[in-house]
Amino acid sequence: MNNVFVYCEIEEGQVADVSLELLTKGRKLADDLKCELETIVIGHELKGVEKQVMPFGVDKVWVADDKRLYPYTTLPHTSILVKLFEEEKPQIALMGATSIGRDLGPRVSSALHSGLTADCTSLVIGDHEDKKNKKEYKDLLYQIRPAFGGNIVATIINPDCRPQMATVREGVMKKEIVSDAYKGKVKNIDVEKYVKPEDFVIKVIERHMEKSKVNIKNAGIIVAGGYGVGSKANFNLLTELAEVIGGEVGASRAAVDAGFASHERQIGQTGVTVRPKLYIACGISGQIQHTAGMEESAMVIAINTDKNAPINAFADYVITGDIAEVLPKMIKQYKENTK
Amino acid sequence: MKGLKIVVLAKQVPDTRNVGKDAMKADGTVNRAALPAIFNPEDLNALEQALRLKDKYEGTEVTLLTMGPGRAAEIIREGLYRGADNGILLSDRAFAGSDTLATSYALSCTLKKMGKIDIIIAGRQAIDGDTAQVGPQVAEKLGFPQITYAEDIVSAEKGNVVVKRRLERGVETVEGKMPMVVTVNASAPECRPRNAKFVMKYKHARAVSEMQNATEDYIALHSNRPYLNIGEWSVNDIDTNSEELGLTGSPTKVKSIENVVFQAKEAKVLEPTDADMGELMKELIANHTIG
Repeated sequence: MNNVFVYCEIEEGQVADVSLELLTKGRKLADDLKCELETIVIGHELKGVEKQVMPFGVDKVWVADDKRLYPYTTLPHTSILVKLFEEEKPQIALMGATSIGRDLGPRVSSALHSGLTADCTSLVIGDHEDKKNKKEYKDLLYQIRPAFGGNIVATIINPDCRPQMATVREGVMKKEIVSDAYKGKVKNIDVEKYVKPEDFVIKVIERHMEKSKVNIKNAGIIVAGGYGVGSKANFNLLTELAEVIGGEVGASRAAVDAGFASHERQIGQTGVTVRPKLYIACGISGQIQHTAGMEESAMVIAINTDKNAPINAFADYVITGDIAEVLPKMIKQYKENTK
Repeated sequence: MKGLKIVVLAKQVPDTRNVGKDAMKADGTVNRAALPAIFNPEDLNALEQALRLKDKYEGTEVTLLTMGPGRAAEIIREGLYRGADNGILLSDRAFAGSDTLATSYALSCTLKKMGKIDIIIAGRQAIDGDTAQVGPQVAEKLGFPQITYAEDIVSAEKGNVVVKRRLERGVETVEGKMPMVVTVNASAPECRPRNAKFVMKYKHARAVSEMQNATEDYIALHSNRPYLNIGEWSVNDIDTNSEELGLTGSPTKVKSIENVVFQAKEAKVLEPTDADMGELMKELIANHTIG
């Protein structure tokens, strides 16, 4: 009762990274609130799945194992979560802002009439005073996210409804094992009691999942381009530099929207969050929805024609110039200095 | 064959993709007046899917439903110009301050009043909030199944809908039964342009709240041509529990809003010359950042 819950996503028997990141955050929140961390895994052939999650400090693992529960479809997963939450009354429920979490979260929040905040970049515990109704709230979940196209940062709370629900994108939170010896309990859910036959009205008739080939999340060096790169051809210069210095290519949302780069390379609030040792921002103006995803980079080089671009505030080196001129020089100088 | 009854959920949004320097006021609040109001991009993808079903299944009727102030009737006109049959503007002060859940509640109450519906199609998410919540929340409130992240509604026949979904890491084809809610991704085909014939027909289409200062001639035009009257519903036209509406019905509250402040740090400014680039590369190699 009154614990922190994390919904664990499963793909081919593996718990998703985003879920492990949320368990790490969930552990921290549970410590702050002096309550337990629980997680629920829904799928098929889940024997031993608790071994993947318990090291992250999980006190109780709920397992719903049934061949009809994998691959994911909305309704049976919703039914299980709704009933379990009604029974267990968690104060906080977290899930990944993935194509599963963003399908499931709103459905569950609608059924329970609990508030849900999407794509949070930070989650902390804090108090709230409702001056108008003269009410004090202790230990609420502050759900912090950029809003309005990233021009503002909003702190959202759910004072009266439980659970307080939030989704977080992959790579935003850090993943950290508490102890390999951490011991929690396993509870098996009697699936028949939680789902209805009509929950299986949607059938998956074909499915092709691929492992993400692009791995910008763990790249040590990222060369990222924005709308200011100007063209797909110019974007090739970024690829060339990245190849030469051993990095990956990233992009801002504007660059992805303009078709310069694929969505899996998108960095920022609606993409991934990265923490490389070197971030080279090319033609990126530096709106907060982008910088939210790269501000923890150890070193930033900003290349921009606008010497007042907001990205420069994050930069260790500012180069004012056209990337078509700057990047070839960087490539040339790198080669000359590493001969 | 009897056609489908389709409702497209659409939202008028500030164009947050084109935020200029004057978009923020001196006090740090958003200057909405400086942002053009547009048809939410993924809702246009949703409309296109609806229009394709209309092209394919004779007798299909496409209705746009939007919730917003009187000026949101503009996007209903945009829909009519592209081939939608009619639209409803849901507009009332009672809805002010709604979060996604209260919005979904108001929309679902409206949809219940609209009679039998086969498919509700919406954009996956709106660019002013990026939450992707309203589609699934409406589906839950109506007790309909949902298919999110749709890229193509392949068919809608004999009570079955087949949809191709585009997920982060792959594609999926799923089948489900109508009535159904489908939310559509930006990766779906773009919406067709305005059709000149429909623009001529509907350019004077107006909702009631846009007719406040209309001349007698203009009112007469609208009574002679009923298709020019965009349906406008208030809270009195639907059955609701007032506790679930607007700010009161919204479990999430905004505690605080901060303008984004950039913290300046000391940066080394370099010229785009071979000499400066050479120095930079030497530094990066020396401190093991690269190489």
